[in-house]
Amino acid sequence: MSPRSRALALVVTLCLALAHGFSYAADPGVTATEIKIGNTNPYSGPASVYGTIGKGIAAYFKKVNDEGGINGRKINFITLDDGYSPPKTVEMVRRLVEQEQVLFLFQTLGTPTNTAIWKYMNDQQVPHLFVATGATKWGDPKGHPWTMGWQPTYQTEGQIYAQYVLKNLPDARIGILYQNDDYGKDYVKGFKDGLGDAAKKMIVMEQTHEVTDPTIESQIVNLKNSGANVFFNVTIPKFAVQAIKKARDIGWKPVHLLNNVSNSVGTVLKPAGIDASKDIISTFYLKDPTDPQWKNDKGFKDWSAFMQKYYPDGNTADLFNVYAYTVPQTLVHVLKQCGNDLSRANIMRQAANIKDLALPMFLPGIKVNTSPTDFYPIEQLQLARFDGERWVLFGEIFDAGGKHGM
Amino acid sequence: MNSEISETVEAASAGEVAARVSAPPRVTPRAWEVAGLLALIAGACLLPFELSGFRLFQFTQVFVYAIALLGLNILTGYNGQISLGHGAFYGIGAYTAAIMIDRWGVPYGWTVPVAGVLCLVVGFLFGLPALRLEGLYLALATFALALSVPQILKHFDGWTGGSQGIVLSRPAAPLGLPLTADQWLYFLSLGVLLVLFMLGWNLLRGRTGRALVAIRDNPIAAEAMGVNAALYKSLAFGVSAAYTGVAGALSALAIAFVAPDTFNVFLSITFLVGIVIGGLASISGPIFGALFIQFVPNYAQDISKAAPWAIYGIFLIVFMYVMPYGVSGFLRLAWRRLTRATAGTRPK
Repeated sequence: MSPRSRALALVVTLCLALAHGFSYAADPGVTATEIKIGNTNPYSGPASVYGTIGKGIAAYFKKVNDEGGINGRKINFITLDDGYSPPKTVEMVRRLVEQEQVLFLFQTLGTPTNTAIWKYMNDQQVPHLFVATGATKWGDPKGHPWTMGWQPTYQTEGQIYAQYVLKNLPDARIGILYQNDDYGKDYVKGFKDGLGDAAKKMIVMEQTHEVTDPTIESQIVNLKNSGANVFFNVTIPKFAVQAIKKARDIGWKPVHLLNNVSNSVGTVLKPAGIDASKDIISTFYLKDPTDPQWKNDKGFKDWSAFMQKYYPDGNTADLFNVYAYTVPQTLVHVLKQCGNDLSRANIMRQAANIKDLALPMFLPGIKVNTSPTDFYPIEQLQLARFDGERWVLFGEIFDAGGKHGM
Repeated sequence: MNSEISETVEAASAGEVAARVSAPPRVTPRAWEVAGLLALIAGACLLPFELSGFRLFQFTQVFVYAIALLGLNILTGYNGQISLGHGAFYGIGAYTAAIMIDRWGVPYGWTVPVAGVLCLVVGFLFGLPALRLEGLYLALATFALALSVPQILKHFDGWTGGSQGIVLSRPAAPLGLPLTADQWLYFLSLGVLLVLFMLGWNLLRGRTGRALVAIRDNPIAAEAMGVNAALYKSLAFGVSAAYTGVAGALSALAIAFVAPDTFNVFLSITFLVGIVIGGLASISGPIFGALFIQFVPNYAQDISKAAPWAIYGIFLIVFMYVMPYGVSGFLRLAWRRLTRATAGTRPK
């Protein structure tokens, strides 16, 4: 930018600021040159494996700033460690809102941690955008109009498996194994909602396990003995491995629907055995960076370049780093759409007004859509079948749009 | 003037002169201590009108931690029983408050004493079998308690809300007092802290305190002198748990949310760190310990986001190296040296 055009830009900005009155001057965290955004992430503690998401987002905002920011404003991203402990989250979020005076919160991570600040954020009327959790409760525009999720919820995913069953497996006798907590129950609720009246007839057995159980082998034996020919497996990686192995060992060969919490080739399918894992079905909405089919894809190449330049320490096989690249792109879209009215109210209005936004690392066809009554940004997923080497996407994109809260 | 106060205080406790010979040392406050304490309390009462809501929230947490640490100090510092499970009592206290408010609609003021009484009973009962366990074995038994409580809380999800926890509203100031919720919670926890510290101080400087320390230092000699070790040890456990339970209930009010995984083993270990850093077997130690466990992790994070716990570890080692008897022990030593030095140079 030449000095003259820079001066011109400055004058224009000033005039715009004046022309808009000081409607946004009332909200802290935004100036003519900066937008202050707050975040908490578990950089330490039991959930620190998610910490890469906070680092990846910070790296992405650095890229945005290097490219000139958003409408001339640089992003000041303040991310604090809460160790996945709700009291610490409350303290850190109060520091961000009251002391650092951020304009809004973005991608605070974890279900219990976000629950702890849920009421506070809505009382303070500070946007609590695109929280990083798959729980279903974040899409509540009436009760909590300042909070919004982002990723497909566990219930959405459950509904998608149900649609698949109804369409392709009319004679299904379904056995379910799920972890006995909110995560497991959310999946099962979505699945049953999706099956509708058929649920009673089709589901022949439900087995649960505690996250602390040493093994789930007896549950697998029970499921086999129930005569189930479809297995809906809602477990975290450790138990998913056990389930796949045990089913093979006792000669049970159902259609295996595996929740996408545990669909990593490296940490689940390979340890469980490639043979035993063949033909398992799961869901995706992001491009798996280890999948060779994206080798020449522009989105993937850009992501690789970003990782190399801005986050060289990040693991390029980790789907979380694709997530950390894509979720701030959604936010940048919202902020651009806000134009010069960066008031908190307008940010929520624009976040609830995203139409068919496709992003480079989404699977082709996946789009973000929100409205004042729909606070579930991503409600689409695509099924994939493991061919013994990698996940092969098949069929069309399933859409659970508008089916929440049934 | 000073000497007058000092004399009356001395006179008031003259009956206990004989008792004062044995530990714990220094059972009566000196004039400067009383004056200092009053100044501190006055200062603490002014803070809410100077600081932001966020800072008040942090200090409220310091008071809450200090109550819990005093509880643990009664057990570990005075009575020599190591507990790795006080986070569990903190959790029981917090859930007692949350369930009473959320499920039964009980006014929040009642929940704090009820949490204390409930934890007193639970602690006393836990203390009975714990009598058979000494030192490290007791530490392991309490460790088991700390491990199991989050899971027990999740199991009774009809009451506890499972792993989702319970969301509360922060209490507003009563009687139309012109205070914000933050200011009110600050004063509430400061008031509870002062009452419990007075009670604790009264308990520990008299017969009970001497019995607890005697059991810690030489259980056989204590029993030979007629101290009922079983009763005192269980009692110490109960009172200790009650303090921690009250702290837990206050924390539930201040944070306005409880979730099972908050009350994990790490919390219990944090409490142990707090009492050691503050100073074992000291009344003021818990305050310093609470300041440490509240603020040092934040400073550590400000210094290095990549390895905050490594920085925290360095702080811990430095503190232990420089102040082997905790902050309060260090201050006491420093004060003695200072007074001795000035006494030596002062013309008589």
